[in-house]
Amino acid sequence: MQASQDTKPANVNSAESGEPAIDIQDVTKSFGPQLVLDGVSFKVHRGETLAVLGRSGTGKSVLLRIIIGLQVPDSGAALVLGKNMAEASAIDISTVRTQMGFLFQHAALYDSLTVEENVAFPLLHHRPNMSASERSDHVAQLLHEVGLDGHSNKMPADISGGMQKRVGLARALALAPVILLLDEPTAGLDPISSGEIDDLVLKLQEQHQLASIVVTHDMMSAKTIATRIALMNKGKVVIEGSFDDLKKSDEPFVSQFLQRDF
Amino acid sequence: MSGVPSVTSSVPVRTNPVLDLLSWFGELGIFIWRVLRAAVTPPFEFGEFVRQLDEIGAKSLPLIAAAGSAIGVVLALEARNSLVRFGAKSLLPATVVFSVVTEMGPILTGLIVSGRVGAGIGAELAAMKVTEQIDAIEASSVDPYKLLAATRISACIVALPLLTLAASFCGVFMGWVAATLIEPISLVRFINTGFKGARFSDFLPPTFKTCVYGMIIGTVACFQGMRAKGGAQGVGSAATTSVVLSSLFVILADVILVKVILLLFP
Repeated sequence: MQASQDTKPANVNSAESGEPAIDIQDVTKSFGPQLVLDGVSFKVHRGETLAVLGRSGTGKSVLLRIIIGLQVPDSGAALVLGKNMAEASAIDISTVRTQMGFLFQHAALYDSLTVEENVAFPLLHHRPNMSASERSDHVAQLLHEVGLDGHSNKMPADISGGMQKRVGLARALALAPVILLLDEPTAGLDPISSGEIDDLVLKLQEQHQLASIVVTHDMMSAKTIATRIALMNKGKVVIEGSFDDLKKSDEPFVSQFLQRDF
Repeated sequence: MSGVPSVTSSVPVRTNPVLDLLSWFGELGIFIWRVLRAAVTPPFEFGEFVRQLDEIGAKSLPLIAAAGSAIGVVLALEARNSLVRFGAKSLLPATVVFSVVTEMGPILTGLIVSGRVGAGIGAELAAMKVTEQIDAIEASSVDPYKLLAATRISACIVALPLLTLAASFCGVFMGWVAATLIEPISLVRFINTGFKGARFSDFLPPTFKTCVYGMIIGTVACFQGMRAKGGAQGVGSAATTSVVLSSLFVILADVILVKVILLLFP
């Protein structure tokens, strides 16, 4: 991509330098009179997976959209690879986004493109020097990684919801990102498919040492894939820590959340 | 609703139509600026532009040709009756040629493309918007204004004059067919008589004014599609408003452009 060649690359070695890949600083966001995020702060380093849990409408997805720069916070800052996504130039935002993979809640596959074309989409735009055969091989490798060999010529409408999530995941990984944002990767899936997605995320996490944030309602999934869990209520992070830290908490909301799932 | 007021109905939504209109034009202005900026910044999306040219131009051709032919036939039959009454039957070829090429062809093409393409673009982009596909494009660090809007608007601008030429050709040809079925006249004589005394300036500006129609149709449809909200209702609403607004603006532009052309090419 032209933009990324013209600018100083964002810091991708945050783990080595000690800087977090994602640094959320006192972020607030309202929609009209509704306060969705109220002073949210946390950090995620490379190799870490933070699961963000909470009730519906507590701003979890908005948080991901702020991190990738699709929405701007009212106050506070979302620093991604050292860049403030609300104030960075269009070129910097573009550069950072090429190092992030985003799995949307409903996969958001391009319905006029085949599975293969969906996964190849970021490569076509950001790896212009890649030959068609190299691109095809790379896409086949990604589809193999997510367990979708033999489905490359199907349209998104012709595959199941779980398979769509896998395609979305392959597309998110196409540019070999250093940050992975997953918005409810197991929502609407049966327990077996959810387990398969969790295993896949764990495998990818081990292979690529990503800094990941997983927004989910699924405590079991969070326990499986996350190194830390942040539980949100009414726009605030109520508690952040390991699953054991959550179990030890005497916060009524935390107990309520855990009792429902376990 | 069983007479029980819903939560939403008990709180009247107050809107100010004037403010809404100003807000719409403001958002349209910002949208046009973003598209213009995206359109002139490399890399260019030539592949998508060609695909849209096929979608908007080639796939509209059969409908445009049929409509142009019908207009030619109807015009020849109706005009002939009137001209015979006034003893001016010999003016039939010129009446058909001038009517079709200067006004009927361009406005017909504009309105048909508004319906077919305006609805198509509006619905497609609205569906992409509500299913987060446009967000996914942006998250992939690809500019949706360049990939989706600039390509479609450019394709509309290029396709409209070409479609207008097709409509005008079909109109004139079928006008001759209708005329010759009633009273045989050779095609060469029909054309020679029809174009006698005509200048390029009589035909080029009306044909190329459709570039403005194309710009209007593409811009309005992309704008309405990319600002859609909600689910199926939002998609339907975007498609409908795309057609209504683009048709309305095409008609308004026609009135203005006819006057401008008459002033510039007297």
